Amino acid sequence: MRIILGVLAIFWVISSSASVTTPAKPKDQINWPFQGIFGHFDKQSIQRGYQVYKEVCQVCHSLKYLHYRDLEQVGFSADEVKAIAASYQVNDGPNDEGQMFERPGRPSDLFVSPYPNEQAARAANNGAYPHDLSLMIKARKDGANYVYSLLTGYTNAPEGFQISDGLYYNPYFPGRQIAMPTPLTAGQVEYQDGTENSVEQMSQDLVNFLQWAAEPEMEARKILGLKVLLYLLVFTILFYLVKKKIWRDLK
Amino acid sequence: MIRAKKKKQTVVDWIEYRLPIFSFIKHLGEYRTPKNLNYLWNFGSIAGIALVIQIVTGLFLAMHYSPNADTAFGSVESIMRNVNYGWLLRYLHAVGASMFFVAVYIHIARGLYYGSYKSPRELVWFFGLLIFILMMATAFMGYVLPWGQMSFWGATVITNLFSAVPLVGEKIVEFLWGGFSVGDPTLNRFFVLHYLLPFIIVAIVIIHITALHVHGSNNPTGVEVKSKKDTIPFHPYYTVKDFFGLGVYLIVFAYFVFYQPNYLGHPDNYIESNPMVTPEHIVPEWYFLPFYAILRAIPSKLGGVIAMFSAILVLFFLPWLDLSKTRSGNYRPIFKILFWIFILNVISLGYIGANPPEGIYIWLGRIATFYYFFHFFVIIPGLGKYEKTLEIPHSISGKL
Amino acid sequence: MVAKDKSKFKQKVTRRDFLVLSATAMAGVGAAVCAWPFIDSMNPAKDVLALSSVEVDLTPIEEGQTLKVLWRGKPVFIRHRTAKEISEAESADWQDLRDPQQDSERVKPEHKQWLVMIGVCTHLGCIPIDVKTGGWFCPCHGSHYDASGRVTKGPAPLNLIVPEYKFISDTKIKIG
Repeated sequence: MRIILGVLAIFWVISSSASVTTPAKPKDQINWPFQGIFGHFDKQSIQRGYQVYKEVCQVCHSLKYLHYRDLEQVGFSADEVKAIAASYQVNDGPNDEGQMFERPGRPSDLFVSPYPNEQAARAANNGAYPHDLSLMIKARKDGANYVYSLLTGYTNAPEGFQISDGLYYNPYFPGRQIAMPTPLTAGQVEYQDGTENSVEQMSQDLVNFLQWAAEPEMEARKILGLKVLLYLLVFTILFYLVKKKIWRDLK
Repeated sequence: MIRAKKKKQTVVDWIEYRLPIFSFIKHLGEYRTPKNLNYLWNFGSIAGIALVIQIVTGLFLAMHYSPNADTAFGSVESIMRNVNYGWLLRYLHAVGASMFFVAVYIHIARGLYYGSYKSPRELVWFFGLLIFILMMATAFMGYVLPWGQMSFWGATVITNLFSAVPLVGEKIVEFLWGGFSVGDPTLNRFFVLHYLLPFIIVAIVIIHITALHVHGSNNPTGVEVKSKKDTIPFHPYYTVKDFFGLGVYLIVFAYFVFYQPNYLGHPDNYIESNPMVTPEHIVPEWYFLPFYAILRAIPSKLGGVIAMFSAILVLFFLPWLDLSKTRSGNYRPIFKILFWIFILNVISLGYIGANPPEGIYIWLGRIATFYYFFHFFVIIPGLGKYEKTLEIPHSISGKL
Repeated sequence: MVAKDKSKFKQKVTRRDFLVLSATAMAGVGAAVCAWPFIDSMNPAKDVLALSSVEVDLTPIEEGQTLKVLWRGKPVFIRHRTAKEISEAESADWQDLRDPQQDSERVKPEHKQWLVMIGVCTHLGCIPIDVKTGGWFCPCHGSHYDASGRVTKGPAPLNLIVPEYKFISDTKIKIG
C-alpha cells in the first residue's frame, strides 16, 4: 500500500509542469462575504461595484443577462432603478412607420450593451473581444479570486519576456498577455459613501458586484439550503432510530 | 359504524377485482428478502429515486427551456434568474445527474464484488448494463442542451468519433449532426431524444426489477436462500432501511445543490458556445472520464473508439469470464485484493481522463487501459480457475 | 412479576409507534413541501411579471384619436374623446343596454375625455375597428360598441373591458 502511494506521489510530482506562460494561481487573500455556508451579499459593496462597472467597465463590457429591475435586489429603490434605466437609450420598434427607434430604458429592459454584436466589439478593440461579464465569475476557475487578481495584478513584464503589440503583461491571464489595458487606477471612481477608492477596494467591490450579477439567487439558495439540510438531518436521524428499533427485534 | 366499514371495504374490493393493485402492493411488502443485506444493497432503490428526480426536475425545466441554437443558452440563464425556483430546478437536475451516476457506480461495484451477475441473475445484469448505456447516452445529450462551450465542443468531439467507422463514417456523422457540423438541427434532436430516453430507461428498470424478483436478491454470503429462515419481509425492514439510506444520500445531494452546485461541472460551460474558439481543454463530465481516458489511450482513432465501447461491452461477458464457483468476494481473498486494485485502476483512469493527453499522462493512460482489460480477460478467468477460496457458509442463517 | 413485564412491553410499543409516526410524518411533510417549488415554477416568471404593467404618455394623442398599445399581450385602446362623443356617451339610455353601465363608471373622474379599454371583442376575441362617427365595430360577427365602448348591437355579451389603470400625472397613465 505504501509502495503504491509512493509511486503515485512520484508520478504526481513529475506531472506538474510549469512554464513562463502558464498563468499564476489566483491570490486567495480576501474573505469574500459570499463564501461559505452563511455567504451573503454585501449590498453596500455591490452598489459601489455597480458604480465602478457603470463608470469604467461598461464602455466595453456588456452585462446582457441582467435587467435594470434586478438592481432593486441590492438596495436601490424602485425610483432609483427607474432613473438608472431611463439614463440609457434602448433600441425598440418597429414603430407604425416600420422604423426602429430609440427610447429611454425601463426597469424591465435588459442592460444595454456597448456594442450591437461581437463583431462590432472586436472591430473596436483590435480584434479582441471584451467578454460579457454576466457570468464571468462562474466562467472561470476560482472566478472571484481570478478576477480580483487580474484587476490588481498588472505589473511590468519580467526580464526577457516578449510582449506582443497591443497586449499587456498580467501574470494571472492565460499566456500572461492580455489585450485589456489596466482598467483601474487609484482614485478613478468617486464613491458616494466616501469609501476609499484604491485599486484594491474598487476591485473588491467590483468582484462583489459581478458575483451577484452571476448568481443573484446565492443568498436565498444558501438560506434555503440550511433549512433543507436541517430537515434532512432530522429525517435521517428519525429513520435511523426507527431502523435500529425494528431490526433489533429480529435478533 | 359497522355499515360504514363494510362500504369502505367494497370500494377497495371493487378496484381490486378489476386491477389487483392493493394485493400487489401487499405482495411487494411481504416479499421475502435475504435478511443479511448490507448498506451496499441500498443503492438500487436510491438509483430508482434518482431517476424519478431527474424526470420530474427535467419535466419542469423543459417548460422553460428553448432548444434553439440562438436562444438555448439565454433560456437557461432565464430559468436561473427569472423563473420562480428556476435556479433550484436547474441545480437539482445538474447535480442530480452526477448523484445518479454515483449511486449507479456503487450499485455496479456491489454487483462486481458479490458476483451478483452470476447465474441465475445474468439477465438482471444485462438489463442493468443496458440501463447504464442509456443513462450515458441521456447524460451526454443533456449536457449539450445548455449550449455552452463544453456542450458544443464535447458534442463535436464525441460525435466525430463515428467518422472512425470505415467507408461510411463521414456519412454517419453528417446524419447524426443533421448538417456539416454540430448546430441547430443537432441541438433540436438531442433535446427530443434526451426527453425520450428516460422513459425507455423506466421501462428497462421495470424489466430489471422483474427479472430480479424471479430468484430474489443476491446477498453478501453469495449463498442462495435455502429456507424461509434466511429471509425477512421487505416491509418494514428494507423499506425503513431504504428511507434511512435515502436520507443520507439526500444530505450529500443537498450539500452540493445548495453550497457547491458547480463543483462537479466545468466553468467553460458558462461561456456561450463559439464554433470559432475551442476551449483549452475539452473534458467531459466526471462520470465519463475513465472511458475518455481509454478512448485517448489508443493511438488510432478507430482503435480508441473500439477500446472505449469494448470497455463497456466486456461487462456483458462477465458471467462467463468469471468461472469461480464461489460467488461472493467475501470468501475470495485474492479476488478481494484484485477487486480493489481494479477500483483504484478505474479511479486512476478517471484522473488521467481529466488531464490533457501530454507527457506522463499518455503512458499512465496506456498502462491503466491495458490493466483494465487485463483484469477482465486474464485475472478474472485465472482466479476462477486457480484461486483457493475460503469455505462458504452452509446457508445465510447458519455460519458453517 | 407478570404485571411489571406487561407495563414494560406496553412502554416499548408506544415509543416505537411514536418514532414510526414522526418518521412517516416527516416524510409526508417533506414530500408535500417539495411540491411547492415545482408548482411555483409554473407561475408567471419575473420577466413576465415585470411587463405586467405599462406606462403610457397621453400627450401625443390628439382629440378624436385612438392610440393602441400592447399590454400583457393584448391591444388596449386609449381614445381621446371629443366633446361630442362625451355628450353622446353620457346621454345614451344606458339602462336598456345588454350590459348596463353608466359612462361615468367606465372613465376616471376629472379625465372623462380619456377612454381606456381592452380592444378585444367580448364575443369571440377579434379586435374591433374604430368607427369614424364614434364607437367601434367588430368585423367578425357584427358587434357594435358606442362612444363609451358599450355593446349596442350584435352577439357580444359584455361591454369592452376597462382594465385596471390609474393616472400617475395629468398626462400619464399606468395600466396594470
